[in-house]
Amino acid sequence: MTTATAAPQLEQDFQACIDADGRIEPRDWMPEGYRKTLIRQIAQHAHSEIIGMQPEGNWITRAPSLRRKSILVAKVQDEAGHGLYLYSAAETLGVDREELLDLLHVGRQKYSTIFNYPTTSWADVAAIGWLVDGAAIMNQVPLTRCSYGPYARAMIRVCKEESFHQRQGFEAMTVLANGTPAQRQMAQDAVDRWWWPSLMMFGPSDTESPNSAQSMAWGIKRFSNDELRQRFVDATVPQAEHLGLTIPDPDLSWDDETGHYVFGEIDWTEFFTVMKGDGPCNRERLAHRVAAHDEGAWVREAAQAYAEKHASRSIAVAA
Amino acid sequence: MSDYSAEGGHGAIPTSGVPSDEGGSKRSQPLWEVFVRSRRGLSHTHVGSLHAPDAHMALRNARDLYTRRQEGVSLWVVAATDIVASSPDEKDAFFDPAGDKPYRHPTFYDVPEGLTHL
Repeated sequence: MTTATAAPQLEQDFQACIDADGRIEPRDWMPEGYRKTLIRQIAQHAHSEIIGMQPEGNWITRAPSLRRKSILVAKVQDEAGHGLYLYSAAETLGVDREELLDLLHVGRQKYSTIFNYPTTSWADVAAIGWLVDGAAIMNQVPLTRCSYGPYARAMIRVCKEESFHQRQGFEAMTVLANGTPAQRQMAQDAVDRWWWPSLMMFGPSDTESPNSAQSMAWGIKRFSNDELRQRFVDATVPQAEHLGLTIPDPDLSWDDETGHYVFGEIDWTEFFTVMKGDGPCNRERLAHRVAAHDEGAWVREAAQAYAEKHASRSIAVAA
Repeated sequence: MSDYSAEGGHGAIPTSGVPSDEGGSKRSQPLWEVFVRSRRGLSHTHVGSLHAPDAHMALRNARDLYTRRQEGVSLWVVAATDIVASSPDEKDAFFDPAGDKPYRHPTFYDVPEGLTHL
C-alpha cells in the first residue's frame, strides 16, 4: 500500500478533477457530503421513476386503441427501467437498495410532487408525456454531464428513452386537439390541470439556497431551478400554440427585450401542501407501492429458494 | 431561499431533512454486473448492474432491463463479487511503469518528409 494521502490533498485533487470537468468514479476518494448528497439525490430520483409508473399505469387497461396501449405499456416499463438504472447507480456509493426502498416506504425519502396528482382522463396521459416528461428532460439532460460517472451514464440512457416519452405524449395530444369538440375540451382540461404542477416541478427559486450552491460547486447541479423553468416555458409555449391549446396563465406574454416568455406567479402554497403529504393522491401512491412490494415478497422468496436449491445441488455434484 | 431542487429528475424534492442512508445491513439479492455486445464485431461493454438470486435470472433480468430496444446481440452477467479490480488509491504507482515509455507509440519517431507506408 502507498502511504495514505492527507485529507486536504485528497479534497484538492477531488475538486481539481471536478473543476477540469472530469468524472468521479465509485472507488475514488470523495467528501462524505458529496457521497451523501448523491445518494439522496439518486435515490429520490429513482423513487420518482417507480412511483411515476402509477398515474399512467392507471390508463393501460383503458387506452383508446391497441397502438396507444402498446406505447403506454412500453413507456411505463421504461419508468421501471429508469428506476433500476438509478438504484444501480446509487449502489455504487455503497448503499443497499433495500434500505432506500425502506426509506421511501416509511416516507422519510420523497419522490416528485407531480405524481401525487390524479389522472382523471385519457388526455392526462398525453399531458404527462408532453408536459411532465418535457419538464423532466429539461432537468435530466444537464445531469448527463454530472460529475459522478455512474449517475451521468445512467442519465444518458434515461434521456434517450425520455425523448420517446415526450413525443408520444405530444402525438396523443395532437390527435385530441384536432379531434371532436369533446376531445378538444378534454385536451384543454388536461393542460389546465397539468400546466402549473409542471412548472412547480423545477422547485422554488433556489438563488439563495446553500444546498444548491454546494451542488453546483460539486458539478452535480448545472443550472438553477429558475433557469430550467424558464427554458421549459420558452420551449413549451410554441408547442401549445401549435396544438391550438391555451396555457392557463393570463400573465403569459413574450418579452422582446429578453427573448423569453414572462409568466405568472406560481402558487407555492400548493407545492408545499403536496410535498408535505396532503396532495390529492399522496396516500394512495405510497400505499400502492408498499402493497406491490409486500405482495411481491413471495416471488422474491421463491426465486431465492430455487437459487439455493440449485446451488446446493451443484455443490453436491462437485463433491 | 429554498431547500427544494429539481434534482428529482421528474421534479422538485427536498434537499434537506432527508436521510441519505443509515448504513443498514445488506440484504439485497446478489449483485451482477451486466455487459452487452451491441453488435457482432464489437466487444461486450459494461452497461450497469442488477440484483438477481442466480445467474439464470440475472441474464433474463438483464435482457429486460438493458436491451429493451435491441441494444444487444449478446449479454454477459458477472457476479460482482467475482470481479477483481485495481485500487484507485494505488493507480499512480500501479500505472507508472508505462508513464516513461513514449517509444511504445509510433508518434515517438520522426518520419522523413514525403515518405509513405512507414
